[in-house]
Amino acid sequence: MTSPEPVPLRTLDAQPYWDGCLRGELMVQRCTGCGAYQFYPRVRCVTCAGPVEFVAVSGKGTVHSLTVCHRPLTPRFGDGPYVVALVDLDEGPRLMTNIVGCPPESVYIGMKVTVAFQRLTEDVSMPVFGPVPS
Amino acid sequence: MADRTAAISGVGEASLRTIPGKSALQFAAEAALAALDDAGLSKDDIDGLVTAYSVGDPYNFFATVLAEYLGIKPRFLAQINVGGSVGNLLVSHASAAVADGRASRVLCVWADNRRSAMGGNATVSRVADLAAHPSYELPYGPLVPSLYALVANRYLHEYKAGPEALADVAVAARAHAAKHPNAIKQKPITRDDVFASPMVSSPLHALDCCLISDYGAAAIVTAADRAADHAQEPVWVLGTGEGTTHEFISQAPSLTSFGARASGQTAFAQAGLTPADIDVAYLYDCFTITVLVLLEELGFCGPGEAAAMVGEGVISPGGRLPVNTHGGLLSYSNGGFLHVIEAVRQLRGQAGARQVGAAETALVHLQGGVLSTHSTLILGRQR
Repeated sequence: MTSPEPVPLRTLDAQPYWDGCLRGELMVQRCTGCGAYQFYPRVRCVTCAGPVEFVAVSGKGTVHSLTVCHRPLTPRFGDGPYVVALVDLDEGPRLMTNIVGCPPESVYIGMKVTVAFQRLTEDVSMPVFGPVPS
Repeated sequence: MADRTAAISGVGEASLRTIPGKSALQFAAEAALAALDDAGLSKDDIDGLVTAYSVGDPYNFFATVLAEYLGIKPRFLAQINVGGSVGNLLVSHASAAVADGRASRVLCVWADNRRSAMGGNATVSRVADLAAHPSYELPYGPLVPSLYALVANRYLHEYKAGPEALADVAVAARAHAAKHPNAIKQKPITRDDVFASPMVSSPLHALDCCLISDYGAAAIVTAADRAADHAQEPVWVLGTGEGTTHEFISQAPSLTSFGARASGQTAFAQAGLTPADIDVAYLYDCFTITVLVLLEELGFCGPGEAAAMVGEGVISPGGRLPVNTHGGLLSYSNGGFLHVIEAVRQLRGQAGARQVGAAETALVHLQGGVLSTHSTLILGRQR
């Protein structure tokens, strides 16, 4: 059973993020007041409510947790399995993603990963992560 | 001066059978009428109504529609939609309305026909749409079990526990359900049965996941000065609490500590009780991992100690702290408000083969989202 493929909404508060994804750059917000990084994009800093700017980050991170999903709801994941993970960027923020480019069973908590981008539609690309090339 | 202390004076539930075409309103009405019968009241005695929401029949104004459907004209009316923690909030909001005189007898209802209306697969998809962020999570394909599996894997990693800890929760739930004649799943299971059930999203197997079912549950919250003329002994609302740290799991500050901690602390302080004073507990068990997390968060054991506690049979029938004596969401039925119904029955001594001695105190903890919203309710036979 499959549902329609969910495509992210490009909301106004996140345009530089989505534009960055299309360019192959991971753009994350940093507070110009307290310096905290945050993801997902908002109009203000969630720590101090100060103004935020978008900055390109390294795209490197660490797997904080993961699950191997065996029952895809949408066509993009074929028959599965596929990895849904939470990755902590080196700059701090945590985001949900897929870990690709390696067997699902090889992914582990603490694994170092690096960003890649998957094109979903003409207007939308999303960050996914894979093993750091050795 | 009138005694406005809140008590639960009636409880009821709808038949758990799935019947195509049966609306959430019908489930709600069945439960409400059963609660009125239980309390010895008629619908015209009710002057307040608080409801949750339905995924299967998504009326924007479920509470108003239900009032109309039942022919009730409440002077206090509210609808709460914060996910699975709503059941306790129905009672706490009703208690507040009773305490400040906005109403004297408040009907609280939570019903859904998600199974009849959509079937299992569509329900899984629809609920994932609700639980994952539409832009930053959902496109990565998480099922609702995946969102909780992220918590489960982190828990097992941090506390060096094996998947047996999760399986033991499912086994305990089924052992309780085996004593309830209305439970949807009554056949006892073992750890091996859990491990042999299909893997849904690691480490969660199918038997780590709650039932997808229709349900209807209702309770009547009454001011003490009105409870005396009801058919049942009142069950007193001793303490309530809430806590929220996030909505979407990628935004949770921690994957092992949540708003449950603050919620429990608030409720215990209000009740003047500690975890050691609780005779029986009802913990929201949409997936086995939540029971482990909640035992720790509510102070029934320390961080990382729940696996051993469950392994020793503490939460099983006959254990020191039986949890979910009806079988919970894992084996009795979906519908978190059924936890409250069963707690009331235990405190009245009406739980039949699953009665926990002379239980004096019960704790109900419900959560919604992905361990996002939390509510705690402490109930007692004595004020």
